[in-house]
Amino acid sequence: MLDIKRIPIAALIGIVLTTLFVLAAVLAPWIAPHGNAEIVSDVPWEPMSSVHWLGTDNLGRDLLSRMIYGARITLFIAVLATALSFSLGAILGFSAAVFGGWFDTILSRLVDLLMSIPTLIMGLVVLSVLPSNLVTLILVMGILDSTRVYRLSRAVAVDINVMDYVEAAKLRGEGKAWIIFREILPNALSPLVSELGLRFIYAVLFLSTLSFLGLGVQPPDSDWGGMVKENKDGIVFGIPAALIPAAAIAALAISVNLVADWVLNRTTSLKGGRG
Amino acid sequence: MAGTKANSGKLLDIRNLRIEATVYPPGEAPRTITLVHDVSLTLEKGKVLGLIGESGAGKSTIGLSSMGYGRGGVRITGGEVILNGRDILKGGKEGLRRLRGREVCYVAQSAAAAFNPAHRLMDQVVEASLLHGTATRAEAEKRAIALFKKLSLPNPETIGQRFPHQVSGGQLQRVMTAMALCSEPDLIVFDEPTTALDVTTQIDVLSAIKDAIRDTHVAALYITHDLAVVAQVSDEIMVLRHGRLVEWGGTRQIIKEPRQEYTSALVSVHEIDHQEQQPGTAPMLSVKNVTAAYGGGHIKVLKNVSVDIFPGQTLAVVGESGSGKSTLARAITGLLPPEQGSVVFDGRTLANRLADRPKEDLRQLQMIYQMADVAMNPRQTVGTIIGRPLEFYFGMKGRERDKRVAELLDEIEMGKGFIDRYPAELSGGQKQRVCIARSLAAKPKLIICDEVTSALDPLVAHGILKLLLNLQQIEKVAYLFITHDLATVKSIADSIAVMYRGEVVRYGAKSKVLTPPFDAYTDLLLSSVPEMEIGWLEKAIKGRRMESAGN
Amino acid sequence: MSSPVVKLVAQRIALGVLLLLAVSVLIFAGTQILPGDVAQAILGQSATQESLANLREQLGLNQPAYIRYFHWLGGVLTGDLGTAMSSGQDIATSIKERLWNTLFLAFWAAIVAIPLAITLGLIAVRYRNGWVDKLISGVALASTSFPEFFIGYLLVFYFAVQHQWFPAISTVYEGMSFGERLQAIVLPAAALTLVVLAHMMRMTRAAILNVMQSAYVETAELKGLSAFAVIRKHAFPNAIAPIINVVMLNLAYLVVGVVVVEVIFVYPGMGQYLVDHVTKRDVPVVQAVGLIFAAVYISLNIIADIAAIVANPRLRHPK
Repeated sequence: MLDIKRIPIAALIGIVLTTLFVLAAVLAPWIAPHGNAEIVSDVPWEPMSSVHWLGTDNLGRDLLSRMIYGARITLFIAVLATALSFSLGAILGFSAAVFGGWFDTILSRLVDLLMSIPTLIMGLVVLSVLPSNLVTLILVMGILDSTRVYRLSRAVAVDINVMDYVEAAKLRGEGKAWIIFREILPNALSPLVSELGLRFIYAVLFLSTLSFLGLGVQPPDSDWGGMVKENKDGIVFGIPAALIPAAAIAALAISVNLVADWVLNRTTSLKGGRG
Repeated sequence: MAGTKANSGKLLDIRNLRIEATVYPPGEAPRTITLVHDVSLTLEKGKVLGLIGESGAGKSTIGLSSMGYGRGGVRITGGEVILNGRDILKGGKEGLRRLRGREVCYVAQSAAAAFNPAHRLMDQVVEASLLHGTATRAEAEKRAIALFKKLSLPNPETIGQRFPHQVSGGQLQRVMTAMALCSEPDLIVFDEPTTALDVTTQIDVLSAIKDAIRDTHVAALYITHDLAVVAQVSDEIMVLRHGRLVEWGGTRQIIKEPRQEYTSALVSVHEIDHQEQQPGTAPMLSVKNVTAAYGGGHIKVLKNVSVDIFPGQTLAVVGESGSGKSTLARAITGLLPPEQGSVVFDGRTLANRLADRPKEDLRQLQMIYQMADVAMNPRQTVGTIIGRPLEFYFGMKGRERDKRVAELLDEIEMGKGFIDRYPAELSGGQKQRVCIARSLAAKPKLIICDEVTSALDPLVAHGILKLLLNLQQIEKVAYLFITHDLATVKSIADSIAVMYRGEVVRYGAKSKVLTPPFDAYTDLLLSSVPEMEIGWLEKAIKGRRMESAGN
Repeated sequence: MSSPVVKLVAQRIALGVLLLLAVSVLIFAGTQILPGDVAQAILGQSATQESLANLREQLGLNQPAYIRYFHWLGGVLTGDLGTAMSSGQDIATSIKERLWNTLFLAFWAAIVAIPLAITLGLIAVRYRNGWVDKLISGVALASTSFPEFFIGYLLVFYFAVQHQWFPAISTVYEGMSFGERLQAIVLPAAALTLVVLAHMMRMTRAAILNVMQSAYVETAELKGLSAFAVIRKHAFPNAIAPIINVVMLNLAYLVVGVVVVEVIFVYPGMGQYLVDHVTKRDVPVVQAVGLIFAAVYISLNIIADIAAIVANPRLRHPK
């Protein structure tokens, strides 16, 4: 079974950091020293001190507390958007591969079309008319990103679908359900799992970018991207407050990357391998 | 020539060669494995030494060591490689570069991959000569054209102006031989140069290579897994197994009086005693005037094909790549519904499409594939793989199913211990045996065997063929045996259908099909199968009536 | 150039034009998906009936969507991008200067990034699995996880605030000399370069490694060619097409990066313009700018495909 000593150091760092971020997100109200919107200082951008570990932000709020609540919002939206893009993309992708025909053609052309526009640009176009709220945000992020999951899962399933062992199952007379769930899915799992990590990272980065541009999470709530926007004016005065949430995004993305890499290597070296 | 030392006639002297590689199994610490254990050999000027063995015998690795080259992380860790009187392993990178392409040249298994797609053939053929300054461009091109002629390539004057993809596989293999000969080396390493070719093309290339070796007096290391092929070109043969020397001797001694058990097994690999059965009165499966096509009817791959299979007997379908023999299997199973004609099984006509066939029809027709490792789901255990047909067709569950799986494992000569193994943990032969057990589990009347032994080493293939014949005795099952290998056909068939470009050109009982007078294609095919006989090649070439497709 | 190449290239271009048309439909439809009334959403709940009616008239909302689409498309094709709702200015006129600014920035970022990425990729291949390769790959992996604004503000913080070598805000205006312009865009161009560098480097490395592992490279080594000659004569001609492909795909990626980088440096380009008007819910501007971004992106992808077609010897010299 899982032996901690055999986990490579990079993956270990990734696991520890990811766990810390998740804990901060879940336990935010209990561990944050101050409220999310609570103003604790008369002056903006107080430097780091023993009272305010990370200093205060542009409105004099405790930056550490904002960071902890920010983790909560960032992770919440990114997880939901990833879940949406994944279930939508994977289900449609597998179905397209197995059923083929017009269903596959129409869906694939539509995805080609959506992917021929950069995701951010398409996101901006639809967000210019949609109401600014969390549901819209999650739907837009999830649907736009599901195109990539669709492509991957379709490609993986098509590759497996032409293997001799699937043909053997068809010759035996097996139904579609057996072929999808017993022949294709177990072999498609490891590429999909590593993709899950990647998609989550892109969701975090996409959300942060939207919020940084003022089109994501709306004040007074803030995800980390929004906090960069709030504090960016301080930069020119030499106040690094904006760099802290930005660094947190980078750290989260890197640590999930490290975990995903490790999981991918582990699943492919499972008994049986991939062929 | 470089370094013509006063060293009698000895060109290459490899002493106690040891070759290692580091492997990186996923999830485990890297470890070092030894590929070649203390192998020594000598080769005199102008002689040909055949290196023979199964996959993993280390024959290519040894061949490349004569150029000081290790493929993909392979390292020469011990011994000496003395070429023209000096140890090339001590000459450094610069020394190796000076000998590669000048003293020693290489002919790869797949010339199609070994030629650079971006350059014309002539530029690649003369490259080594120009690089090492052994000839001017004009001289080198003249020599190349002469070599193209000698290797009987069509349009020798202009073929060099073509790009690799514009030339057929058999021709490319000869151009590659010309490329190796062009810089007039002392030694050429031939690495399975005819293995990827069709059998009727192989014989042309083989005889071209043999003539070229004889006329240029170059020495050669000829690497192959086919003893009959190497017997045609070699003066001496070295048998290797698991990176160790098994036996080394003159060609006649090795094939006529082998001293080691392993060698005699290799020599007698095609000899299976099989009594031909007389066709019964009522065929079990009749293919009647079947025409099939891909691409919506545009590419006809089967034209009006009719054959019969009798209960408990074997029909072998023989042909080269593109003959339509695998398509015939697809038409019978319903994977490619025929455009015209029908398939009659047990007196009733089968539905054309797979989806329209009842479960019982599907059960009666089973299939075994060429590549056993992709014919089994890597995520299922042997128990699930063999047990699923039992469950699916007979509703067997639990103990009853496990008992039957164990019986089947016994029948294929594998123990109960394999029931929890995954395909990746099995050897090539074991995988194919599990596939056989899976098809037997359905208790079918007919099993279609699509090139089931072509991906296996000769001895393992031999074992599989013997097993199939035994099982036929026990289970009274009929086989439709698709293959390109006539030697296999002789050992297993009761009747034979020869296919050529989508048509059956000769069909009947084995003895009848293999007895003259022959039609032109069957003659070509039969005469192209290498026989373990010195001088066979010359006889075969002389007696041919038809040009092979590779020309 | 022989016929199959011409035919394939023509096909690819025709497909691109068709795709562009489809994209224009998608962008137009994307601004129509709002459930309910666009005018209400734009003006908010407090809008008067009169102003709502005015806006509907102005947007042509009284006509069916497909008529509005063809009207819009007809305008775009004749160079009329409409007028901005928020300012009443002609969109084509406002865009001209900004488009030029954006292209200027992207051009200099590409000029630095492409040779740098290819060189680093080659170095990584030459010393593959050595520490140089691992270092380059590690840094590349990390930087793909960095949001653009993190890179951007790090540059500002260090080079503009702490050292004051370059301006933190990239102001450009008419009448500025070429040198002044160049100095103004040093930081945003550096940020853009870093954004695409890692991707481009990793993909170049993979493309060259793929070629280096082919059998014909082994053939060349066995002819006694030096490592350098093998790369120059045998690997490079086959690696050109995949490398051009990599470069084009990453330039397309740069099109997206430019939006964020312009906002960070308050650079008066297309990205800044787009974001401003998304915030103002100025639909005509968003449609026009979105279409231009999509057109650039699609064109770069077409060039990438054409490069692959033209560089393929099988197509250039048919049987």
